[in-house]
Amino acid sequence: MRDQKVAYVDLSTREVRQELIPEKMREMYLGGRGIDMYLLYNHIPPGCDPLGPENVLAVSAGILGGTLAPSSGRCHIGAKSPLTGLVGSTNMGGFFAPELRFAGFDHLVIRGKAESPVYLWIRDGEVQIRDAAHLWGKDTGETPAIIRGDHEDEDIKVMCIGVAGENLVRFANVLSGLKNAGGRTGMGCVMGSKGLKAIAVRGTQDLAIAYGEEALGYLEHLMGLIRNNEVFKEFSKWGTPMFHSSSDVLGRVRNRNFQRNQVPDGESLYAENLAKYSIGMAACFGCPVHCRHRYVVPEGPDQGAYVEGPEWSTLSALTAEVDCRRMETALVGNYLVNKSGIDSLEFGSMVSWAMELYEKGIIDDRVTGGLKLEWGNEQAVYEMIRQIATREGLGDILAEGPLRAIDRLGEESGYYNVHIKGMSCLHTDERATPSHALGIAVSTRGADHMRSRPGVDAHVLPPEVKDKLFGFPTPEMTSYEGSAKLVWWHELLYTISDALGVCKFQAIFASPSTIGYDEYCTLTRYITGLELSPSEMTEIGERIYTLERMFNNREGASRKDDIPPERYLVEPTPLGLGDFKGKTIDREKFEGLLDEYYAAHGWDSDGVPTPETLARLGLEGEPSHIL
Amino acid sequence: MNRILIVEPSKCTGCRLCEVVCSVKKNGAVNPTRARIAIIKWESICLETPMLCQQCESAPCVAVCPVKALARDSELERVSIDYDLCIGCKFCVAACPFGAMGIDPVARKVIKCDLCDGEPTCVKFCETKALQYVDASIANITKMRKAAEELSELIKKTVAKPQHTQS
Repeated sequence: MRDQKVAYVDLSTREVRQELIPEKMREMYLGGRGIDMYLLYNHIPPGCDPLGPENVLAVSAGILGGTLAPSSGRCHIGAKSPLTGLVGSTNMGGFFAPELRFAGFDHLVIRGKAESPVYLWIRDGEVQIRDAAHLWGKDTGETPAIIRGDHEDEDIKVMCIGVAGENLVRFANVLSGLKNAGGRTGMGCVMGSKGLKAIAVRGTQDLAIAYGEEALGYLEHLMGLIRNNEVFKEFSKWGTPMFHSSSDVLGRVRNRNFQRNQVPDGESLYAENLAKYSIGMAACFGCPVHCRHRYVVPEGPDQGAYVEGPEWSTLSALTAEVDCRRMETALVGNYLVNKSGIDSLEFGSMVSWAMELYEKGIIDDRVTGGLKLEWGNEQAVYEMIRQIATREGLGDILAEGPLRAIDRLGEESGYYNVHIKGMSCLHTDERATPSHALGIAVSTRGADHMRSRPGVDAHVLPPEVKDKLFGFPTPEMTSYEGSAKLVWWHELLYTISDALGVCKFQAIFASPSTIGYDEYCTLTRYITGLELSPSEMTEIGERIYTLERMFNNREGASRKDDIPPERYLVEPTPLGLGDFKGKTIDREKFEGLLDEYYAAHGWDSDGVPTPETLARLGLEGEPSHIL
Repeated sequence: MNRILIVEPSKCTGCRLCEVVCSVKKNGAVNPTRARIAIIKWESICLETPMLCQQCESAPCVAVCPVKALARDSELERVSIDYDLCIGCKFCVAACPFGAMGIDPVARKVIKCDLCDGEPTCVKFCETKALQYVDASIANITKMRKAAEELSELIKKTVAKPQHTQS
């Protein structure tokens, strides 16, 4: 099963070519995000326009995708990002990636631009470019339904863009199913720029398991580990929204665009209040945790529609960030952003920014078209979803993402737009937690927590437990010392999760006593036959992450882009418990963390990999064009 | 022991791990189309249900088999295929009302759930117990208790209803 294929698709010339994945690629990059990064570095011309035909969209499953590894349904999607101009990379759950593997493909490399809208139809070793005129303008729920009807097969898996992607909203996402979203870095915008509405896949081929009986036995052991884990018991019941309450109590959430780090009287947004709307939990491929809620839209014009979600990030983006305090707002808004194909995180950030500008008089009714962009105005939130997706009015400006929207709304607006490398900060406030701030600042894809956040921080573990887990002394959540190493360690682990194509939530992200490197190595051996030690796997993580850094450096990024937003440096957190109140990021200490962080990766003081590091990781000859 | 495999669709999260482990157990490869169980989904309305052989007492597949390759195996309470007798005519595929008799495109044989000879692999890995392998005599008791609870609530309400509010 290691010799799955890569399909190269040129939408301009309509040529399709297939290649087997060489063994060397597996040994160096595993698959998923790993091989994708190799493909992006090798195939994207430096300096190219992210919305031009020369940009390359990579879609992939991991080397453990669609197998017995718990939750092996993850799909990685990459390209040069239209939001940051740097590496674009997003990860989506569900069932698409396994189906791609069953059809014989692990990677798709899509370049060019179709003359008129198309979709890819992939079926057991064959890739066809099909006309999508009848799909253009359809939402992310209608699109898969039409494709399934056309092919008379309900089991076809589809990833598609909504109208936001068609309209080149720079933070348009890619959707599969009711809520599996490849949200970050605007990969839906890249699809739209290529005239690619969807990729539909159906596979009926074997994915051979190297040691089937052993793999089954080992999965039984891992299922026991997950089943008996107290975190997963709760996670299975509440999903990620359960993280909101504890974060709110500490003072780690974003309210009114970082004016506050707690939501006053915001208990209605706690996960308990989602329970009455939840009609059950859904799982991604092969996942025993099933962390997604299902619900029915409770009110408004779409009342009665079935949806999944919202995740904590979406919940907060649609409520806490814009100071709405009703759970129902998140439930309606989640449906709308998914349907139109907008990244909820970027949306919440951009709209809360606009609301602050409106409050401060930097923009007025002339810019908003009379829309009262006031805190807590949920109707304005819904209206902005529509305006952004269709690029009308203020929506057309916000759809450009932080960098270009600041240009449009003037210099004074810039301070209030809290972004890193052109991608917006999240639903969390990192001013009191240096490792989290460092993580989002150095993240190769711009401000984002899923690159490195030490999730187990939330459990406030005894130091000896953490030391054993990480192999080095680790800091308190609010201290600077040791943060750099912690970020480095998590970057590598999550990179490996993405290369294997499994969910990070099953790993040490969620709990200290679950799947880590030892388990990843055993699963990889039983499933693929590839023998790797934990240190060899860590090195693969270093290689992939360093290659991402090289991509960004090649596009002109450097240390100057690894600094938290101005607001984090000058404006103290006004609320929160003890160590979380009155905090800013100390620039001097932060620069110290950067030095330590670069050193851990073997990069120089400007974040450029040293010749020794390149040689050690076998990257000195890149681009090497093996694939 | 007289055990049966029961399905509770409302507990299914749609993860499809049952399809994965079934196909690995039977073929050494993951391939849901060669599994003996399938999760049928209606994605847009958040609904799914596991489908597999019901091991019918009066099985249409057994009835239509022209060479008596299919028979009830009373020891394991299942319908078994004798591949030495099977001629691959696929009448059983047509006859099964649940679509539970499948065709393995690789082996070119009809396939169905054989309860893994008394230790169903899918049940072992079903996290939410949507699939259970239980003693036939108590298969309904959990459901009965749940129904009784609902009923008892009704009875309580009826009994507690103040008489004077009527009329």
